[in-house]
Amino acid sequence: MSALFALLDCNNFYVSCERVFNPELEGQPVVVLSNNDGCIIARSNEAKVLGLRMGEPYFRAKSLINRNRVRVFSSNYALYGDMSRRVMEEVGRLEPEVEVYSIDEAFIRLPAAKEEVLRITGGNIRASVRQHTGIPVSIGFGPTKTLAKIANRMAKKQPEHGGVFIILPESDIDSILKGVEAGEVWGIGSRSSRKLADCGIFTAYDLSRADETWVRKHLSITGLRTMHELQGISCFSLDEVPPPKHSIACSRSFGVLVTELQEMHEATASYVSRAAEKLRAQQLKAGCLTLYLTTNRFRTDQPQYANSRTITLPCPTADTAELIAQSMRCLKELFRSGYAYQKVGVVLCDLIPEHIHHQANLFIAPRRNRDNLHQALDRINHRWGRDTLQYGSAGLVKPWHHKQAMKSPSYTTNWHELPIVQAS
Amino acid sequence: MLKKDQYTCRDMRLFQFSVCPITRDDTSELILYSGAMNASLSPTLSAVYAFNRTNELKRPLFGCSVSAGFPSPADDYIEGRLDLNELMVANPGATFFVRVAGDSMLGVGIHHNDILVVDRSLDPISGKVVIAVVNGELTVKRLVKNGESVCLKAENPDYPDIHLAEGITCEIWGVVAYVVHAL
Repeated sequence: MSALFALLDCNNFYVSCERVFNPELEGQPVVVLSNNDGCIIARSNEAKVLGLRMGEPYFRAKSLINRNRVRVFSSNYALYGDMSRRVMEEVGRLEPEVEVYSIDEAFIRLPAAKEEVLRITGGNIRASVRQHTGIPVSIGFGPTKTLAKIANRMAKKQPEHGGVFIILPESDIDSILKGVEAGEVWGIGSRSSRKLADCGIFTAYDLSRADETWVRKHLSITGLRTMHELQGISCFSLDEVPPPKHSIACSRSFGVLVTELQEMHEATASYVSRAAEKLRAQQLKAGCLTLYLTTNRFRTDQPQYANSRTITLPCPTADTAELIAQSMRCLKELFRSGYAYQKVGVVLCDLIPEHIHHQANLFIAPRRNRDNLHQALDRINHRWGRDTLQYGSAGLVKPWHHKQAMKSPSYTTNWHELPIVQAS
Repeated sequence: MLKKDQYTCRDMRLFQFSVCPITRDDTSELILYSGAMNASLSPTLSAVYAFNRTNELKRPLFGCSVSAGFPSPADDYIEGRLDLNELMVANPGATFFVRVAGDSMLGVGIHHNDILVVDRSLDPISGKVVIAVVNGELTVKRLVKNGESVCLKAENPDYPDIHLAEGITCEIWGVVAYVVHAL
């Protein structure tokens, strides 16, 4: 039996989350900023109309924002994460085959059906998610995931479709694809799109009709699959179980630029601690550690420096102390004085399940097993809140800590920050 | 965890398995039939169950050990513990907690600073206490529909009701299911 795919995407998700608990934002231009209030990462439709761009640094957009009284929020991931869980739960209640693709997107697989039936199904899902969670969503149906993604884009861009757009094998797919730029196709990055444009491939339609050998050579096997998907041949299946993580990262921009090695030490130790905690929560250990640091590339008036270093750990580990010690080695090599750093990040990769025993190294004294210590550490921090107990190297004052000056309350995850309802 | 297409057996020579198709709703269970198997070599393997992590089933802890002493007469009657979530949260995904500011709903026992359990999956029918959006603010009122006219009623004579003029729509944010009030 042939199947269909649908992509459900929450409209301006972060902004919509803010609006659920703050209804006066309805109809007003709203933007949400990245960690550390660096740049714009979500915009309401009204903010898009004003010309505010995705990824634009906040300081550059500030005058436009002030002139138009745009409401600005720091990102509130506790809220967005909880609302995402609610949306996905509701979708899962309505449809049995769901792949949660990102914080605000989910693929659904359904049996093939007539357009009228799909329109009703799509309408029901939209209405139900909206009623239960308050979040507006758009749904695109297509014979493949790539086409479902394009259908979703049409549902968003053309409001006359009522938030549901359907591409069926018998639809006039070619004329739809002619209106989509090649760079906007799922999986085709901006770099590939430049390469494509050089060869006369500008639209999704051009890509669907390109020469297979050429695509295979220049865009790899994934590119070829994307091409087939545009032709209506399904190549990407539904991943109901998320694949195991290949890496765990933790990085944040600093609230103020950092110049001192001591403060870089603290920030690094703090991010490594967080990454190690994530590692243990998934019962993994890491074999490899990457540390990177960078200055603020938007401050063109200051000297620029960015560098990274990757080391293989002597023995795979999830031990915070060990990982901090290793990251300090990297930091010592990377750090150059005379620069104002904006960001440091750590990536743990080469992940393996913690129960797999590693061949002991003849030349290194075995470490004392501190599993119990870390279990206790994680349990205390889980119960009493993050950073209740931490390694001293992560610092106490944390002057580099990121800014979240305009964060909304954690409406759904903190008893002390519940939404207020008026009875007056 | 076993997955339907990833099952491996260490010594496949001893057994011939046929894996029966699994329905969409039942992916956690895997049934293997042992065919043409030498009975003297191995016991019959009838079913292998994969671990299903979707349903958490809490079991009560029994009050006495098995071998020593007289068993507790209550053991046969243990029925599990009571969970307030079970009572007050019918739809976890659609349930939100909000805090009350003001005393316009005193008449139905909603006090200043109480926590309301709001279930967005319930239909806002006439007579229900609801959270409505009034002038961009979340407001708690009783919804009274009378034919075409809609009224948001306060439950305290000191506060006026809000009559919605015909044609004016008002968003009902959710329906209040319970009040949590500290004495």
